[in-house]
Amino acid sequence: MTAAPTTTVATGVKHPKAIRYLDIGGLILTVLTVFCAVIWAFPLYWAAITTFKPEHEIILPYVELWPENFTLSAYYHVIFNTKIGIWYVNSVVTAVSVTVLVVVMGAACGYAISQLQFSGRRILWWTILASFMVPIQALIINHFILMAQVSLLNSWLGIILPQLIAPIVVIVYKQFFDSLPRDFREAAVIDGANHFQLLFKVFLPMNWGVTTALAVITFIGAWNAFLWPFLAAQSENMMTIAVGITQVSDAFGIYYGRELAGAMMAGLPVAVLYLLFQRRVTQAITLAAGIKG
Amino acid sequence: MNRRSETTAALLLIAPFVAVYCWLFIYPTLQMVYLSFTNAPLIGPGEWTGLRNFERLFGDRTFKIAVWNTFYFVVLTVVPGTLVGLGIALMVNRLRGWMQSMILAAFFLPFILPVSVVYLVWNWMFDIQFGIAQYVIEPIVGEPVAVFRQKAWFMPAVALVTIWWTNGFNILLFLAGLRNISPEIYEAAELEGAGRWAVFRKITWPLIWPVTVLVLTIQLILQLKIFDQVYLFSLGGRTQTTMVLVQYIFQQAFVNNRGGYGATVALALFVIIIAFSVMQFQALRLRGER
Repeated sequence: MTAAPTTTVATGVKHPKAIRYLDIGGLILTVLTVFCAVIWAFPLYWAAITTFKPEHEIILPYVELWPENFTLSAYYHVIFNTKIGIWYVNSVVTAVSVTVLVVVMGAACGYAISQLQFSGRRILWWTILASFMVPIQALIINHFILMAQVSLLNSWLGIILPQLIAPIVVIVYKQFFDSLPRDFREAAVIDGANHFQLLFKVFLPMNWGVTTALAVITFIGAWNAFLWPFLAAQSENMMTIAVGITQVSDAFGIYYGRELAGAMMAGLPVAVLYLLFQRRVTQAITLAAGIKG
Repeated sequence: MNRRSETTAALLLIAPFVAVYCWLFIYPTLQMVYLSFTNAPLIGPGEWTGLRNFERLFGDRTFKIAVWNTFYFVVLTVVPGTLVGLGIALMVNRLRGWMQSMILAAFFLPFILPVSVVYLVWNWMFDIQFGIAQYVIEPIVGEPVAVFRQKAWFMPAVALVTIWWTNGFNILLFLAGLRNISPEIYEAAELEGAGRWAVFRKITWPLIWPVTVLVLTIQLILQLKIFDQVYLFSLGGRTQTTMVLVQYIFQQAFVNNRGGYGATVALALFVIIIAFSVMQFQALRLRGER
């Protein structure tokens, strides 16, 4: 043990990898890390495994880490006895619409602020930056009144519209377009391209990664949105899945298996999306927070 | 392309965003301020009542409870959440390759789930009869506890769940910050024979400090706007004692049908957030001038 530090330092200079093999403290830390990760993920595992147990196994007076009798009855119940199918459709429609609209409007606006000269450009930019100070949650009353005035409450459009305020998308696009070399634009302008062709044929394709990142994170945000869809959807038929699974628990009684089966189905699409686009999600979050990853 | 066509193109490009922004953001914000001076119901016209709503606000016991609970929640989540995030980021940052991806995914996955899923998962974890968390609570307290039905347990439990849920965000920012620290500094420290703790205190902590400030301020603003978890976990409970600010806006406007007074509470939240945002802006500026 006493000799260990000198050997790590000596070998560490030339072969950094060797440190980890000889380092007892490091090994303990790694084991601790894995242990913490298992603890952290355990609630999700426990909830997931509960959905595959028959009801009598769920309420066993001891911890059963794997179901003795594997069953899908909780899922059957949720699929056939609740409106989860309709909620899925509502969630897909609203989240996809929010994503497409937010990204397209954000890209267009970010492009204009970054590349074009027009009066009011600076005021627009500062207004967008300042909008971070207004908590969207404080606007629920006025959004509700506004949507009532145009008779859009309890409709897809009513759920979508107030979710379209995403100044961060404009800001990220503007900063990305700013960093592109001006030659591209000038070359395309000489070729006779107009600004719409420039945006959609040159600027957006060159920033496909950013667009993917922003789209994925916007979709996840819209899929997960709770407060506004909860207020705007007044009938069970208009609820998104994130709202629906919390509103019908009374009908389930105390059947945790069924409640959690609904929860798993609500979380699955975003979990899969995250696992597929892990790097893009990371990129979007660090970009939005203003850190270079 | 001449100047005029450039302006026309610019106006066309910004038009959708600006239209949405004015209609759904600026107008509602101004209307909220106006509404706070009226006695309007949720839907329908009201009368101008001057400062009466504000007088009422300062004498309102539930409002005080809501402010108190909101700040209590901020205290319970912001600093602990930031420290936990930093700790996990430090642990994950040591790992490499697939091991790092797997461990990071385990810590990050809760963050991308809807709040309602988080609610259902933890409602089951803490269930008084069958909840697995009672195996931890019972030996310590001596009896199972209905954590979301008891005032003393409610906020700490919701704070714990919130940290579990949202920490992936903090972890990502800290990881990005840690990766920006040049490895040469660590190599130099290693040559000097510096221990793990010394390296952390003398190198990592000072260099990660700007990210720490960023995470703290983002979390602060975010947690002031808490609603979803508190609302869901208090379903069926005595909501008055666990009330938070956004929940009070919701209750006044949508349950008690008092749009005007609800807007007054909303305006109060707005002012609190602006005060903290100015602080955040200052902190970010300091970061830029570093």
